[in-house]
Parts: sequence; structure tokens; C-alpha cells
Amino acid sequence: MINFTYVRTTTAKAAVGLLAKEKNAKFIAGGTNLVDLMKRGVTAPDRLIDINAVPLKQIELVGNMMHIGALATNTAVAEHELVKLHFPLLSLALQAGASQQLRNAATVGGNMMQRTRCGYFYDTTMPCNKRAPGTGCGAITGYNRMHAIFGGSEQCIAVHPSDMCIALVALDSTVVLSGPKGERKLKFIDFHKLAGTTPDKDNNLLPGEMIIRVEIPTNKLAAHSYYVKVRDRASYAFALVSVAAGLELQGNKIVDVKLAMGGVAHKPWRLLEAETFLKGKMATEANFKSAAQIAMKNAKAYKENAFKLKMAPNTLIEALNLAKSKA
Amino acid sequence: MRDKSLLKEDTDRVDGFDKVTGRAKYFAEYQIPGTTYGVLVPSTITKGKITGIDSKAAERAPGVLAVVSHLNRPVVAGYETGKDQGVPNNMMKIFYTDQISFNGQPIAMVVADTYERAVYAATLVKGTYAKEAFETDFEKNLSKAKAPKNPAQASYLRGTADAYKNAAVQIEASYTLPTETHNPMELHGILANWESADKITVYAKTQGVKATQGTIASTFKLPLTNVQVNSEFVGGGFGMALRTWPLEIAAIIAAKQVNKPVKLVITRDQMFTLAGHRPYAFQKVGLGADKDGQLTGITHEAWGHTATYEDFTENVVSMSKFMYNSANVNTTYKIVPLNVGVPIWMRGPGEATGAFALESAMDEMAHSLDMDPIAFRVKNYTEEDPEKSRPYSSKNLKEAYKMGAEKIGWSKRNNKPGTNKDGNWLVGYGMSTGVFNASRGRASAKGILKSDGTLLLQSAASDIGPGTGTGMVQIAHEVLGIPVSKITFELGDSSFPTAPSQGGSATLSTVGSAVSDVCNALKAKIAEMATQSGLSASAKFVDVLKKNNLPSVEVTMESKGGEEQKKYSMYSFSIHFVQVKVNPLTGVVKVSKIVSVGDSGRIVSPKTARSQMVGGAVGGLGMALTEETVMDHRFGRYVNNNFADYHVPVHADIPEIEVVFVNKPDPYINPMGAKGMGEIALIGFSAAVANAVFNATGKRIRTLPITPDKILA
Repeated sequence: MINFTYVRTTTAKAAVGLLAKEKNAKFIAGGTNLVDLMKRGVTAPDRLIDINAVPLKQIELVGNMMHIGALATNTAVAEHELVKLHFPLLSLALQAGASQQLRNAATVGGNMMQRTRCGYFYDTTMPCNKRAPGTGCGAITGYNRMHAIFGGSEQCIAVHPSDMCIALVALDSTVVLSGPKGERKLKFIDFHKLAGTTPDKDNNLLPGEMIIRVEIPTNKLAAHSYYVKVRDRASYAFALVSVAAGLELQGNKIVDVKLAMGGVAHKPWRLLEAETFLKGKMATEANFKSAAQIAMKNAKAYKENAFKLKMAPNTLIEALNLAKSKA
Repeated sequence: MRDKSLLKEDTDRVDGFDKVTGRAKYFAEYQIPGTTYGVLVPSTITKGKITGIDSKAAERAPGVLAVVSHLNRPVVAGYETGKDQGVPNNMMKIFYTDQISFNGQPIAMVVADTYERAVYAATLVKGTYAKEAFETDFEKNLSKAKAPKNPAQASYLRGTADAYKNAAVQIEASYTLPTETHNPMELHGILANWESADKITVYAKTQGVKATQGTIASTFKLPLTNVQVNSEFVGGGFGMALRTWPLEIAAIIAAKQVNKPVKLVITRDQMFTLAGHRPYAFQKVGLGADKDGQLTGITHEAWGHTATYEDFTENVVSMSKFMYNSANVNTTYKIVPLNVGVPIWMRGPGEATGAFALESAMDEMAHSLDMDPIAFRVKNYTEEDPEKSRPYSSKNLKEAYKMGAEKIGWSKRNNKPGTNKDGNWLVGYGMSTGVFNASRGRASAKGILKSDGTLLLQSAASDIGPGTGTGMVQIAHEVLGIPVSKITFELGDSSFPTAPSQGGSATLSTVGSAVSDVCNALKAKIAEMATQSGLSASAKFVDVLKKNNLPSVEVTMESKGGEEQKKYSMYSFSIHFVQVKVNPLTGVVKVSKIVSVGDSGRIVSPKTARSQMVGGAVGGLGMALTEETVMDHRFGRYVNNNFADYHVPVHADIPEIEVVFVNKPDPYINPMGAKGMGEIALIGFSAAVANAVFNATGKRIRTLPITPDKILA
């Protein structure tokens, strides 16, 4: 059998220390993705460091910042009163993800760390630059219906699978990391990366680093937030396209707006240009349509995902409509 | 007392408690001392020859007992006989040669003392291959289609061929159904235990213990009585357990090799390659009608795939021959051999594929005629089977149309598509007819009346979920008047009296008739014994047995249909109604209401009958909206072979399902007047959804499943 050692730890400091000791060690919390990857032979860590007992489950307002610990479960966050009150967008996005059973086990940190669902990544007999760099991309000329239309590279067109992260990137979140050299903060938008020439790396975590918490600044978007996820079945399916939309309205005037898209890129896809266009304008169908057009700049489709070129802007309009009309 | 009412009060599923409490034991849960574990090593090429199997590392791995392959397997007696003998149906002989015909074909089986060790060792077995060019792309290989050998699937002509081309109103359209995989919850496999050199017991997942017994006996040249097959509970079959697969033979071979019991449970991804699927299908339908809506011609051509090493055929075009009143009908059906594992019947086999095309085309024609789709069907209604020129044994579809239309609120349907809205969502209504042969085969059953007041019934039948035992005890109750709680029906054991496999919606009719006959014989026997022993002929059987000092009395008999099967065409019918809501921006389709009407004779077991219809609707919803097995033709491998990416409907997809039964006994088919319903529950459903989507949007989707991208295209 492929053996690995398993160790439990109770503090973040100890966890980071343990991670540094072994080259091929991984943290495990909910294990909802890692265990699958191990079963399928995609990954084979020598050591699993169980961090479930590390006290990082907090969900609290600290001044004007919402702090969510890396080990808070998806369900705990989605159902937390403060989250529902101040960041309904995050709650909605979480509830659109996976299934209730998975959300009960999955953690915030684990959700950020989940790997793509690209079929070529999971089948170890197929080419995949993400799993086995240099073997080629199975999807570029293969089955790419689920794949990226933004920011793809010649080496990988896989998409980031999370719903939670789409809301977090829209909400200007920050990630707090702890590593051998101490703590650092990273803007959420910079946490995940595009595939580029290193598709095997999903994010900008440095070796030995651990996710401690996510911080979300308070905002005035709660009254007009919506998460729309278009998928092949009503639950337990990954997004074809999803949109997180938050509006701050004065009358029908858009004072502030946050927009991000899922299912379209190797990372949660923030739509800053569309936001800039909408700010100060009226929340009208015409402006939503123009924003959607702007959002689609530089989109590139492959053989089987050309539908996303229509579905993505449409879903953005739908999300803006629903956010606007939400009482 | 005998219950004479047509629709009795609900009887709970007799094994429901065992199932929900985990007391019910499935094949993989049996433990025989010394059991070892088999894991299959799949081919990573799609076609070619095995040039070598390096099993050294696997053999050295801890706990490994053997690596079995064509290079070292023991003699399999049935492999050595002529092509058409031994292994039935020309089934692929596993571990027989170096030939690879599809990706994932097992090249070896690792047997180890634990499952985990076998899994690991299987990863160490390295096959080397001489690759050959392969074909897996159905649409690219349509030109290689061949006519099936089975005469029942020969081309059919009534009147003039392609008469629709001369009609005042014509429609001509093509419909595509992708490969679907059954995906029951329970994984496939077997526990094989050689009791001696020529005697074996297996715990199997099968829809027919007698069929499995026969296949094993002929493959290993054993007397039938030396093969004991047990399969009391089956965790869903949908057709995939209607045959013995090479993988089961592999486990039996391996058990012989290691001389220990071998348990094999395949993985979910292997379920996609090794245990069949509903074949990809392409169909062309031409319909012609006069201006009043009378059909004047039906042309239905269908192509489905099969494997290169074995032909699989099904009845895709038969509904077009007899469902509607058209003087001219012609059909053809061809198969396209591909380098894939062989398909197998999947719920509503063939007919579900055909009904999608025909019933979509009927809707297209109704639209062209500007007729209501129900009115169009009623206009072309036929009381006689036009294919065989004989009456139907029973058919109450006009009544069924009315019942369903009322329940779904058909009057709210707007015949002009795209005009009905609920907020931003487009609302549509659709309907479709389903039909499947209602048969009664040959079966035997044993009945034992005991002096403790109980009745024990036995037959080598199966229950893959419909509630076989529940139906049988109710049939026995009706004949003998014994309370349901005092009747036990045992099945899933090959030593019981013979019964056919559970397929083609025939179990209730066939085995139920045997149970009915056995119970009537018991009743007569008791009456005779009563009179002989000085009791009244209507004396209670317990008193009769006591008077005669007997612990029990038993009857075994065979039962089968007679001349009525030649005089009448026997079919079960269904009508499915759905309401859909379509989001025109995102392309999302929600089925918001379902009404399924069953016209399948008398309903013997209301609760399980309703469950059958509900399950069929859910399967039909999957076929219509979500299910598709996707292959990468560059590799010949499936790319969505797991439960996350192959989308069976989940609760959130399924709305309120209302089930309605016509519930009129069929006077001819069998003593119960009951016809099967497992298939009709699904057949036609996908067309009802596609028709509703058209009604909502004006968009005709002719390729399933109807995913959001197709709405936006």
C-alpha cells in the first residue's frame, strides 16, 4: 500500500512547523477533496497533518472586518447570523456549492485549496499539465465544455471550482497566512493564480504556509446581493457559469458594485472593468447589458464551451437584475 | 376474507423495514471465512494486443495471492468449446486471449487477503500493448451500420414506404440520444466460493438467479444443480444486472486459481465500462398528415451502437408500427459496432429511445397542424393493433389523456409557444405517450400452507426494487384471504422453482400468475381435504390441517399464458404530463410539475406501483435534462465516469410527482388482470419534457439531455 503518516496538531504554529519538516506533507481538515485525490492516485502525500483541532473556527466581527477562521465549516459560515446579515452574498454562494453533507465537512481553507474538477486532471492515464507537468493539456482539444473562457493558457484551461471563493473575491476579502517567516496578508484576488506556465500551482501560497483566516470588510451591499449559479442540475453540480453580484443603490443609482464570475477561469474572476462602468450609473437593463459586454472582453472559447460566451453575460445580467430587485 | 375491491388500501413494502434498517443483506455484505478480494486491472488502450503483463511487483506486494490473466488462468471448460457453445451469447471470454476491444477491458485480476492490498497491488501491474486504430465515435461511424441478425428487428413496411413525403403536411426531423449509464447505487460484483472442484456457490447482484446459474454452469461446464446463486436483495439494476458480465466470470476463475472465496466489487468508474449502458442513438422520423390531422405516413429510422465483439440490439422503432392509426409505416433499425464495452438494456429499453423521437415528432406535427397535441393523438387513436391486425387486450388511453390533462392543468397551456410567463420564466406544458409490451412468461412457484396459519411462497424471482414480494403477498392474500402479515414470499435463490429474470416489466404478470395458480391449487386441495375429513369445504385451512394431523400442505406448479397471447396485442401504456419553467437568460430548465398516468390493467399493489411510476419519472427526468456519458474519442475513455460529473437527478431537480392509474383490469393477460409498469414509467417521459420546453420557448431541442447551453444555442 501507499503508506503515509498521520499526525494531529492543535496549534497553527505547530502545524506550520510540522509542514516544514516533511517535503511532501499536506494539511487535512474536511478532506472532501484531498481524500478523493488520494483515492484516484492524483496525489500521494507522505504525511497528513490533521489540523481540525487547531482553534480557527471563529466567525466574528472585529471592528469593520469580518473574520472567518480557516477551519470554520462551509455550513457554519453559510448559516451564521452575522454572515447572513452583513454578507448574504457569501451565504448564498456557499449554499450553491456541493451538497449539504459536503458543506458540513468542508472548511473555508479547504474550499480555497480545492483542485479543479477537470476530468483529465482526475484520470491518471490522460495527459494533464496540472497533475503531471509536461504531459500536455487533455482538455484544450478534448472535452472542454466545463472549461475556462478567461485567462486560459496554452498549458491549461481548467477552471477553479469553488462558489465560496467567487463571493469572497467580489467582497474585497483578504487572506491571512502563516508561514515559517511569520504571518502575512494577501488580497483574496491575488491568492489564486492563472495557469500560465505553471498550471500545477493553483495559488500563490508559499511553501510551508497555512491559511489562518479570511477577512472581509463591511459594506453596504447586503440589501442587493445575489449569487446565480447556472449548472446542469439543481444541486451538487459544478458551475457552467456563476455570478456574484452586490449593489449599493441610492434610489436606482449605483453607488457601489462588486462583481465576480465563477466557472470561467483558473481563478475566481473579478469583473473590475464592468464595476467601474456601472459605478455612478443607473441600475437599468441597458446599463447591465453594457456592463456584461465589457465583462466579456478578451473571452476566448474552445470547441465545446462557446455557449459560455452567451451564458456568462446573460448570467451577469440575471444576477444584477435579481440583486437589484431583492427586497 | 378475500378482498374484492379493485384498489385496495396500501400495503407497505414487505422488506421496507429490512432495507431502511440495514438488515437487508446485499451480495457484497456476505462474509465467508477465508474470503479474499479481487481487483481488476483495466486496459489503458482501446484496441490492440497485450504484448506483456508485468506482474512481478504486484505478486511481491504484501498479501497478494495471485495475479490472474490470460497468461496463467486455470482451464475454463466452456472456453474450449465451439464458438456458439459454452459461454452464452458469444459473451466476451475474459482472460482468454491477448485481444483488447475496448478501453478498460480487464487484462488481469489481482487477488489479495484484503481489499486495500488488492487495490494497491493492482496499480503495480503493468500491461504493455501493441496499439491498433480504434473507433468509438458513433456519429463518425454511422456509415458502418449493419442490420441486426434478429429477425424481430428487420425492416418493416406497411402500405407505401416514405408515404409522408406525399402528405399535405410533413415533418422530418432527426433526434439524438447520447449514451446513458444505469448508475444504480449498488456497485456490481460477485462473491464466488468453490465448494468443491465442480460445485460453486455465488452471492451475486443479478436480476435473474436462474439466468446467472445457467451462464456459470455453461461457462464452467457444470451441472445446473452444482451452481447455487443467491441474490436476495439488489441495490438497483435498471437492466444492468440482466446478464452475467465477464467480470463475474473473472472472479469465479480467480477463486478457482487461489482456491479460496473471492469477492469482487467493481469501482464506480468501472461501472461505466464493464456493466453496460444505454447505447447512443440517432433517429430520423418523417410524419405525414392530411390537413385534418389524420396521419398518412410514418417513417422511423434508428441507429444504435454496439460493441465490436458482441451484438446488442433493442426494439427502438416498434412503437411507430402500432401506436397510431397510419395506413403507411416503414421502419429500419441498424447497429454500429464500436470499440466500447457492450451495451445492455436500460429501463424502458429501446422503446424509451424510440418514444423520444416519435413523441417529439408527434408534437412537432401537432404544432405544424396547429392542433392540440392530445387532440392530434386522439384523432389518430386506434382501437386495434394496426401492426398485427388484432385487438388490444385492453387500452384505455382516451380516458388516461383526460385524467392527466385535468391533473396537470392542461387548459392553462397555450398552444402558441413562448407566450406563457411566470415572472421572467417561460412556462410550458408538454405530454407524451409511452408504451411497452405487456407479457406473461412461464414461471413456477411453490406454496406451503402451515398449521400455524402462515403461507410460505418461493420462486427464483428477483427484486431489483419494484417490490416483487409486496406484490406477490397481495396476490396470495386476494386468493386465499390470509392476512398479508402471515404470508412470506422468498426469492433470489436459484434452488427455488424457476422464474424468469426481472426485466421487461414481466415479473408481476408472470410470477404473480404462478403465485395465483399455486394459491388456487392450495385452496382446492384444502377444500378437498376438508370434505374428505368430514369438514365443510369452506373450513379454515388451519382447521383442515389439524384435523388431518398435518404440519403443512404444499403445492409446486408451473404457470404460463395460453391462446389469448395470439388473439390479442398486449401492451401497457402511460401518459406523461409535465409543466416546465425555462429561464430565457440562463437557459435553466426546471420541471415544475409532473403527472404520470399509468394504464396497466388492475393495480395489485398501489403503494409500490406508485413508487414504480415515481422512479420512472425521475429516470425520465434524468434522460431528458441531465444524463449523458461523455467519451473522449482520442483516447476511447469516458471523462465523466463518476457521480459528481454524471448527473443523475437530485432531490432539488424533482418536483411534485402525481401518479394516476386508470386501474381497469385487463380481461385476458393473466388471472390478476394486471400488466407490468416498470418500463412505461419512464418511456416517453423525455419527449414530454422536450415538448414542454418547446411550448415554453418555441425552441425544439432534438438532442438530449436538454442542458442550459442548448436552450441558449
